[in-house]
Order: sequence, then C-alpha cells, then structure tokens
Amino acid sequence: MDPLLKIEDLHKRFGAEEILKGVSFDVHRGQTIVVMGPSGTGKSTMLRCLNRLVEPDRGRISLDGVEVTDSHTDINAVRASIGYVFQDFHLFTHLTALDNVRIGLLKVKRLDRDRATERARRMLERVGLAAKADAYPAELSGGQQQRVAIARCLAMDPKVMFFDEPTSALDPELTGEVLQVMDELAREGMTMLVVSHELGFARRAAHEIIFMEHGRIVEQGPPDQLFSQPREQRTGEFLRRIAAEE
Amino acid sequence: MGIDGLELIWTSLPELLWATLVNLRVFAALIPIGFAVGIGVALAQVYGRRPLAALASAWEWFFRGVPALVLLFLFFYGLGRLGLDVSAFLAGALAMGFRSSGYQSQIFRGAIQSVPAGQVTAARSLGMTRLQVVKSVVLPQALRLAIPAWSNEFSSVLKDTTLVYAIGINEVMRFARTVYVSHPELAMLTFLTVALIFWVLTSLGNTALQALERRLAVPGFEVRGRGATRDAR
Repeated sequence: MDPLLKIEDLHKRFGAEEILKGVSFDVHRGQTIVVMGPSGTGKSTMLRCLNRLVEPDRGRISLDGVEVTDSHTDINAVRASIGYVFQDFHLFTHLTALDNVRIGLLKVKRLDRDRATERARRMLERVGLAAKADAYPAELSGGQQQRVAIARCLAMDPKVMFFDEPTSALDPELTGEVLQVMDELAREGMTMLVVSHELGFARRAAHEIIFMEHGRIVEQGPPDQLFSQPREQRTGEFLRRIAAEE
Repeated sequence: MGIDGLELIWTSLPELLWATLVNLRVFAALIPIGFAVGIGVALAQVYGRRPLAALASAWEWFFRGVPALVLLFLFFYGLGRLGLDVSAFLAGALAMGFRSSGYQSQIFRGAIQSVPAGQVTAARSLGMTRLQVVKSVVLPQALRLAIPAWSNEFSSVLKDTTLVYAIGINEVMRFARTVYVSHPELAMLTFLTVALIFWVLTSLGNTALQALERRLAVPGFEVRGRGATRDAR
C-alpha cells in the first residue's frame, strides 16, 4: 500500500545555516513514528515544512496522493487535514475551550453551528475535558490546555497528526494526562508523527523511531532495535543520555 | 463680572451646549474614519507586502507629522482647488479623521503585534485563510488590547474638534467667541465653561471605555490593576 505521507529529499536553509539536508521517509496509515534527536537538529522545522508553515527549499511531500509541495495545491485544505499540536499549545486565548475546538469547524469546515457545537463537545469529551467546555485557556492547567489543543485538531478529522514536543512545556506531573490521550489515539489507529523525547511513549506506541542529527536522519527503525542494538554509535549515545535524564 | 456675569453664562449655557453638539457631530464623523483607516494602515504595515506596507507607512508618517491646523486648511482650501465641492464640515471631518488614522494605526499596530504569533500559526495550521485569521483570531484580541491606548486618542480628538473653529464651523469655541466679544470681562468664565463641558464629555467617554474593557476582559487571562494590587496586599 502507498504510504499516507511521503517525504522525499527535504531541504531547508535559514540564511547561512542549512537546517534540513535531505530528509526522506514514509509514514504509513495507522503508524506512529517518533522523531528524536538533539535540539537544533531540524525536527520542528521539518514538521513545519510538511504543512508548509515554513516553505521548504527543495523536496517533495505528498499526503494521501496530494502533492503538498505543488504550488497549485490548496494548502489550506492540506493543513485542515493535518492535526498540528504545538509545544506551547497556542490556544486562542480569547475563546473558551469549546470555541477553540469549534472555530475550525465553523470557519474551515463550514459546519452549521449546531453540528459544530455537538462535534466540539464530543471531542472535548474524548480528551476528558467535557466539564471544561466554558473555561478560557488561562483558567486551565498546561496539561488541560494541551488536551484542548489536541481536541481542536481531532475535531477536523485529520488524516495525520503532528506533535511537536507536546509535553516539553509541561510540568512532569502534567505530562501523563497528555501522553495518555496520545496513547489512546495510537491505539485507535491514528497516524501520528511525533517529535518527542518521551521514551516511555516511544516504547509503548511507536512503530518506528527516527533519530535525527544535524538536519539528517541518522537511523530509523523499530523501538526495540534502536533502544537495544542501534547501528550507529550516535544513536546509542543519545538514547542513553536521555534515558539517564529520565 | 459678579452675579450678572454668572447669570449671562447661565443663560448662554443652552446655546453653548447646542454648539457643542456640532463638535460631537464632527467627532462622530472623524472617529469612524480614523478607526477604519487606522486599522487598515496597521494591517498593511504588519501583514502587507513591501509596496502596500510602504504606502501605509507614508500615510501614517504624513498625517502624524503635519500640524492639525495646517491639515484643516489644506483640506478646506485644497479640496476646493482640486475642484471638489466639499463642505467645511466634510473637509474638517476628513482632515481630522485622517490625522487620527495616523495615530490610531500605531495603537492598533502595537496591539496586533502583541497577539502571540503562535496563535496565528495555530490558526493557519487549522487551514484558516489569512483573512479569517485576522478576523477571528487577531482583531478580536487586538481591539481589546488597544482600548487603554485608544482612550487617549479618543480624549485628544474629542477636544481637538474645537480646532475646526478655524475653518468657520459654528462649533462651541466660535459661539463662545460671540459671548466674550460682546462681554470681554466674561472671557475667562466662558473658557472655563467650555473646559467644563469637555471635561465632562471626556470623563464620560473614558468611563464607558473602561467599562467596555472590563466587559471584554478574558477570565483568568488578565487581572486588572485594582484587582492585582488587592491580591498583592
């Protein structure tokens, strides 16, 4: 079967610095792929290139048969089919949790108000926050805000979800509730591309782990293999170091 | 002056207030002009491509850099020379409105830029168009953030409406003149009365704006000055 998301030879340069030096990989339907690597390696830039929040310099991206990198492609339609969860949540602070989840349905999907509301409520329920529908982001904990952000993506019925270090801005005691939601999504067969150093999540949910460094993929494989017998020395060193930090 | 003077001012008060309505009409015409153009200029400066952004900056630079009286004369005499038949009222409202747009644009630019960029990114990643992001995410937050600074501009232009006196509009200062020309000893009292009228008007306006700001406050997001100090104590 064709991969859902196909990335070929992705390049991106900011000024003199080459952030991505030719990244290629496939994401198949229902797969969870966890991307790891030292900071400044281009993991976030890569995610941003994939829905062209950042315009890649070179390379080809296709999502479910749609050429994302084709300039004639309706990029807003592509973005609407990709759930994007940010490190810092980026909820709309002037809107309640319900309105945060509903806004994409109303403005992008053009659902009528009743159906949008009903769907938004179901999504909040799915992330365990039905009771917080009327709360504003500033009234929620970081973990709750991130779950609302996930619900905001889920409402759009995405083909794939991107997570950009979804727990890095959270206190350790709040990461669990977010990871739990992500675990459930993985179990339900959501296709996910996750930039994260959560080893526990990677072991539990990842079908594959990609280790990136200096704008390149160093090594890619199932978690068992990467954790126990990495081919590259750098992979082993890095994984041992973050394991020690945990 | 004495009691007679007070009585004379008292009897002129209805007419002074009546003349103030002219100022309020000028104000009501110039504020929407300044608001709409100001937001447009701010958006062009923040999101516009090079030529549009440069044009917006030139507009702002011109209207903030020229004295109000000069603008009034330029519009009042200049538009006529261009063959446009405009009333003194319209010339005044345009001159003062465009001038205010220069100031308001910078208030809105600051407010627009203080909406976290991450929210714009998040909205774009949902598939919203630029216009939708501006309408649904940026402006609702920016307009609320702009209220404190905007209340300054509000007070300034409200009082500046007295300047249209210079292009012959029969507003409150022109009427005041008729009082103190015939009774020079009442000049000070007349000025103080006009001062009082504007003091009341700006106070009312600012109180309304503060109430609006409180009403639009996002729960949990910002604790207003008074609440914050109370908590700190």
